[in-house]
Amino acid sequence: MAGETNASTDAPHVRFIGVQKTYDGASLIVRDLNLDIRRGEFLTLLGPSGSGKTTTLMMLAGFETPTSGEILLGGQVINRVPPHRRNIGMVFQNYALFPHMTVADNLRFPLRVRKLSADEIEARVRRALAMIRLEEYAKRYPQQLSGGQQQRVALARALVFDPQLVLMDEPLGALDKNLREQMQLEIKHLQRTLGVTVVFVTHDQGEALTMSDRIAVFHQGAIQQIDTPERIYEHPVNSFVANFIGENNVLPGIVRRMEGGTCEVELDCGPRVLAHPGPVGMGDRTLVCIRPERVVLDPPEGHPNRLGATVRETIYLGDQVRICLAIGEQQEFVIKVPISRFDPGWSVGTTLHVGLDPNHLHALDAPAG
Amino acid sequence: MSDFAASASAIDGADPDLKRRMRRAERRRNLAYFALILPLALLVLVAFVWPIASLLVRAVENEGIHDNLPQTVAALRAWDGPELPDERVYRLLADELAQAKGTPKLAAIATRLNREEAGLRSLVMKTARHLPLPADVSAKEALIAIDPAWGEPPIWKTLKRAGHPFTAFYLLAALDLTVDAHGHVALAPPQERVYLDVLGRTFWMSFNVTLLCLLLGFPVAYLMAILPVNRSNLLMLFVLLPFWTSVLVRIAAWIVLLQNEGLVNRLLLSLGLIQSPLPMLFNRFSVYIGMIHILLPFMVLPLYSVMKGISPVYVRAALSLGCPPWRSFWTIYFPQTIPGVGAGVLLVFIMCMGYYITPALLGGPKEQMLSYFIAFYTNQTINWNMAAALSAILLTATLLLYAVYALRFGPTRVKFMKAR
Repeated sequence: MAGETNASTDAPHVRFIGVQKTYDGASLIVRDLNLDIRRGEFLTLLGPSGSGKTTTLMMLAGFETPTSGEILLGGQVINRVPPHRRNIGMVFQNYALFPHMTVADNLRFPLRVRKLSADEIEARVRRALAMIRLEEYAKRYPQQLSGGQQQRVALARALVFDPQLVLMDEPLGALDKNLREQMQLEIKHLQRTLGVTVVFVTHDQGEALTMSDRIAVFHQGAIQQIDTPERIYEHPVNSFVANFIGENNVLPGIVRRMEGGTCEVELDCGPRVLAHPGPVGMGDRTLVCIRPERVVLDPPEGHPNRLGATVRETIYLGDQVRICLAIGEQQEFVIKVPISRFDPGWSVGTTLHVGLDPNHLHALDAPAG
Repeated sequence: MSDFAASASAIDGADPDLKRRMRRAERRRNLAYFALILPLALLVLVAFVWPIASLLVRAVENEGIHDNLPQTVAALRAWDGPELPDERVYRLLADELAQAKGTPKLAAIATRLNREEAGLRSLVMKTARHLPLPADVSAKEALIAIDPAWGEPPIWKTLKRAGHPFTAFYLLAALDLTVDAHGHVALAPPQERVYLDVLGRTFWMSFNVTLLCLLLGFPVAYLMAILPVNRSNLLMLFVLLPFWTSVLVRIAAWIVLLQNEGLVNRLLLSLGLIQSPLPMLFNRFSVYIGMIHILLPFMVLPLYSVMKGISPVYVRAALSLGCPPWRSFWTIYFPQTIPGVGAGVLLVFIMCMGYYITPALLGGPKEQMLSYFIAFYTNQTINWNMAAALSAILLTATLLLYAVYALRFGPTRVKFMKAR
C-alpha cells in the first residue's frame, strides 16, 4: 500500500495510548484502545452501532474526553485541548451546514475565525468551490441544495482551512446508493490529491472496503483487527471480522491436528477438512469460515476438502446465481456461481460436490458458549 | 345551459353526467368543510369582529349635533362663511332648539358643543331658556339679542364642524392634537397634553418589560432545551406554575410581599441592609415585577420551542472549524433562535401594551398605561368616543408592530429555518 510505505518512516500522526471511555462508570464504551494513525492515510473505523467507533472519533475531535489514557496529535498530548484549538476538520453525519449562512459564508466561516485577510479568504473560498464544482451555488442557502451538493459543501468546509487531519462521521449515510458510491470515490480522490489524513467512521463495510487504506474493525469497544481492506477481507483474524465484513459461511468444528501452516478440523456436520489456522490450538472449538465466492464447484477427485452437498434453493441475481446448500447437518451454506457456470438442471435436491480451498478456509476462534 | 347539457348528454352518453356528479360531490364536500368551521366563524364574527368594528366606528362617530339638529346641519351645509348665515338657518336652529328643550337632546347638544369650545354649554342653555321664539319676529335678530355670540361667524363654523356625522376630533385628541380656528391640525396647548405622554409611557414600559423578560427567559429556555428530558420537564413545571393561579391572586401576593411591612422589607431590615423600609409598592418597580412575573412564560415557551429544534451539532461544527465556544454560540446558535426571540418579544410586547390590571393595582398614578384611560372613559366619564379613539390608537400601534414583525420574521424571511 502506498500509504504504508511512505508513512512507515514518519512518526504516527495520531496515537491513542491505553484510551478508555465510560459514560456511567459501569461499562466501558471504549476498552483500552491503542491505535496509531499514519500521516496521510485513509483510516476507516468500522463496526456495528455501539461498538465505540463514534466515541473514538469524538474523543479525537475533542467533544468527548477520555476517562483514562492519552491521545497524541503530532506528538503532543491533546486530552485537555478544547476542540476549537485542535485544528481538525470534521464532516458531520447530517452535514451541519449553518442554515442561516450561504454556501460561501459557510466556507468563509473557518477562515474568518482564523483572521485571514479578505483577499486570502476569497481566494480560498473560490478554490474550495472549484474543487467541489459548485461555483455557481455560492450564494445559495444550504437547504436549497441537494443532499449530494450539501455533502460536498460540508467536505469543502472541513478542508478549506487546510487541516492536516479530517474526521468524517458517517458522512454518506443520508445519501442514496448511487450518489453514495459516487461520493466515496470523490472523497477518496480528494484525500489522495490533498494528502490529508482522514479518519472515517462508518458501519457500511462496502464503503470501508472501497475507500480505506486501512480499516480498524471495532466490536464491543475494542479493535478486533486493523489492516488493509484486502487483508481484512481475505484474512480475518476472528469470526466477528469474518462475519461483519462481506458474506461468510461458517462451519463449526473441533481442531484435531495442527501441522505447520495448516490444521485439520473435524466439522460438526461430519467430514474432516484442512484449513488455514487462526488463533486456535489443538482440541479447540473452532469456526471455519470461507467466502461464498471462494468455494469451488465440482472440484477434481483428490481435492483436499471435497464435500458433498444438496441444493436447497437457487436465487437468480442476473450476473450470478446464489445457491443455498446443505452439507450434512449444516443447513446454511451459500455459494455464488457466475451465470456462465450455472447448470439450469440444478434444482432443489440435486447433489453436487464443493471444494473448500484450504488457503481460503480459515479456522477461527469460536465465541464462548 | 341546462338545455345544452341535456342535449350533450343525449348525444355523448355519460360524460356531462359524470361532470355534474363530480361537481355535486365537490359541492357536498365543501359544504361539509364549511359546516365544520361555521360555529367558530360565527363566534369570531359575533364576539370579535363586530364589537371591535363597532368600537372603531365610535372613534370617529360624531354624535350630539347631526342627530339632534338635523335640519340646521343640513342648511349649514350650503353655508361657507365669512358672512353670517341667513335668516332661514337662524329660524331652523331656534325651532330645533325649542323642540329639544326639556328633553335629554338639549343636554347632548350642549355637552357636544362644549367639547369643541368651553363655554358653549352655557350659551346653548341660555339660548334655550328664551325659546321658543314668536313666529313673527326675525330669528336672526332675536338670537343675537339673546347672546351677541350668535352674531359672530365662529360659532356657526363650530356648529357646522360639529355637525358632520363623522369627525377626527377624538382620534386627534387621543394624540394630543386639535383643530384650531383655521381648521389646521395642531398640537394641543401644553397644559392639555396627556395622551402622548401616556402613549410614550406605555411603549417605554412595554419595551422594558419585554427586554427584561427576554434577558430572564433566554437562559431558562436554553437550559430547558439542552437538559435531559426528565430535568427539563421539571423546569417546565416551574415555568408553567404561574399559569395555574389567577392574575389577581398573584398581584395580591406581590402586594403582601412588597409593602412596607412586607416580607421583603422586613428581611432586608433584619439583615441590616437597609435602615428604613424601601418603597417597593405602587411604583414602577412593583409594576415591572408583577408584569414580568405574569408575562415570562409567554417569552420562555416560544423560545424553548424554537431552541428545541436546533441541533447541538451546529455548535459542534463551529467548534471544529476553530470558533471559540462563546463566539460559536453568538454567531451560530443565537441567529437560529431569532424566530423564537421574535415571536416571544412580539407576544410579550403586545400583551404589555394592553396591560391594565397590574399597573392599576400595583402602580401609582405615574404607572398607568393607555388601557387605564380607556377604562376611565368607558366606566367613569362615559365618553365612549374618546375610549374608542384611544383603543383605535392602541390597536393601530399593535398592528404596526405586528407588520414590522411579519416583514422581519415572516415566512419569507425565515424560510431557511424550515428545511432543516
